[in-house]
Amino acid sequence: MDQALKKDLMIFATKLRIGAVEAIYCAKSGHPGGSISIAELLSYLYNVEMKVDPKNPKDENRDRFVLSKGHAAPGVYSALALKGFFPYDDLKSLRKSDSYLQGHPSMTYVPGIDMSTGSLGQGISAAVGMALSAKHQKKDFRVYTILGDGEIEEGQVWEAAMFAGNKKLDNLVAIVDYNNLQIDGVLDDVNSPYPIKEKFEAFGWNAVEIDGHNFDEIEKAFNQARECKGKPTCIVASCVKGKGVSYMENECNWHGAAPNTEQYEIAMNELNAALKELEA
Amino acid sequence: MADVIKKATRDAYGEALAELGKVDSNFVVLDADLAKATKTGTFKAAFPERFYDCGIAESNMMGIAAGIASTGLTVFASSFAMFAAGRAFEQVRNSIGYPHLNVKIGATHAGVSAGEDGASHQCNEDIALMRTIPGMTIINPADAVEAKQAVFAAAKKDGPVYLRFGRLAVPVIFDENYKFEIGKGNLLKEGTDCTLIATGLLVNEALIAAEELKNEGISVEVINMATIKPLDVDLVVASAKKTGCVVTAEEHNIIGGLGGAVCEALSENYPVPVVRVGMNDVYGKSGDGSLLLKEFGLCSENLKEQVKKAIGLK
Repeated sequence: MDQALKKDLMIFATKLRIGAVEAIYCAKSGHPGGSISIAELLSYLYNVEMKVDPKNPKDENRDRFVLSKGHAAPGVYSALALKGFFPYDDLKSLRKSDSYLQGHPSMTYVPGIDMSTGSLGQGISAAVGMALSAKHQKKDFRVYTILGDGEIEEGQVWEAAMFAGNKKLDNLVAIVDYNNLQIDGVLDDVNSPYPIKEKFEAFGWNAVEIDGHNFDEIEKAFNQARECKGKPTCIVASCVKGKGVSYMENECNWHGAAPNTEQYEIAMNELNAALKELEA
Repeated sequence: MADVIKKATRDAYGEALAELGKVDSNFVVLDADLAKATKTGTFKAAFPERFYDCGIAESNMMGIAAGIASTGLTVFASSFAMFAAGRAFEQVRNSIGYPHLNVKIGATHAGVSAGEDGASHQCNEDIALMRTIPGMTIINPADAVEAKQAVFAAAKKDGPVYLRFGRLAVPVIFDENYKFEIGKGNLLKEGTDCTLIATGLLVNEALIAAEELKNEGISVEVINMATIKPLDVDLVVASAKKTGCVVTAEEHNIIGGLGGAVCEALSENYPVPVVRVGMNDVYGKSGDGSLLLKEFGLCSENLKEQVKKAIGLK
């Protein structure tokens, strides 16, 4: 990948983390771990991969994005704010009763959100429907959805995967945030969804495993997905839950808790230092 | 009565979709491996390229329907009522209802008249489930004529619609002059002693009961309430003011369906005695659909008794 582009994407990812953590801190609740684990993936999607326009968020030919793991909304909201879909300062209103920024994504209220999600397992079905509709209408828009690795314990995910494989929806990319943690602990200790790549392959998908924080690998995977004909693609992206904030990394307790003021300041110091280094 | 024409509302559903397909190119139809039974197969035969079978996965089908609808197409998604409203309830609530998408759920084999398949397939809970979803329109047509018009009206209506159809062939009671309108009940017969509000296949039974009660000197007002949500509250209240008591009749649990909706409307606006006829909070069982309706009291004979009971409560 071009080094200047990579740097820009890293800067965006860091800013995205800052926005997400700040929003959750102001809301006093939310899901930081899974919001910032996908910062690089969202940075690549919104800056390189997807054809979306903040000035025309309802363009019928736009690419679609569905956050199937809807609890990571602060991450997507932060990306949307940075892209100009709505004012950045509105992130501070997250989850408040006078705000349009719902705790989980709402397509009714939030510009740039293509599907209301939050109940795990449902987003991928909607993404499959969008991809099917593109084929039906002979339109060339593509559909992207991010799932949690815990989320794929939901049976509906596999109903959707089976259908997408059967209908050869090669305009669909599902990304699994493989961070190995869910609310009650390590995946294997709760209810193993492994092996992930092989499962998707068994359902008729093209599947690749990458480091979800490495832009070279992210770029390669999305390019391979575009070139793969006749099959949807699943990108199993190894991510660190809470990536970028030292005390949140790989800690399942940071799945659904907001930082207190002291913790918030530590997080901001770390992220701003990382940003300063990137911008130097 | 030898010249009574009988037709299942599910048959009318399939035919209506195929007819609508000729004049409206902006919708697709989904099914979950029941196209032959739900009669979406009639549409599939006419427009195979606009029909998608989602297989035996109703929850996913509702999600797919939501995704398609979000891109601007209207979707008719079909299965048996038990699975469309029951199994996929949360998908209907969160993926379709919450974003208020143009998905029209064509649910067939509703109620005990589904017959021989038994209690697992006889859905008496779907109206209650769907009523609790904000913005959901619920239509339970009385016959094939109304069913067809309901399909056309649903296609034009913005937002989600739950269309409830039956398996059993039932008498056609409306003629070609009948005009169905979403949210409007029809006063089929004027009366002064009691109001009988019926929906679905109980409408015909209500008309029979009213006719027979006339011979006993009891004047019954009969209302067809095809749209259960939004309920035609004005019509219910106006009739209750006139007759002073109400009997509701539906092929559904007496909890949460038409009876519940009418009770709620009357208690808040004009309280009068209400007697609810429906499944008395029990499961159905296997058997001939027509016989089961009688066995569970979903028939003119029981309606006559309940009208007398309601009048006695005044």
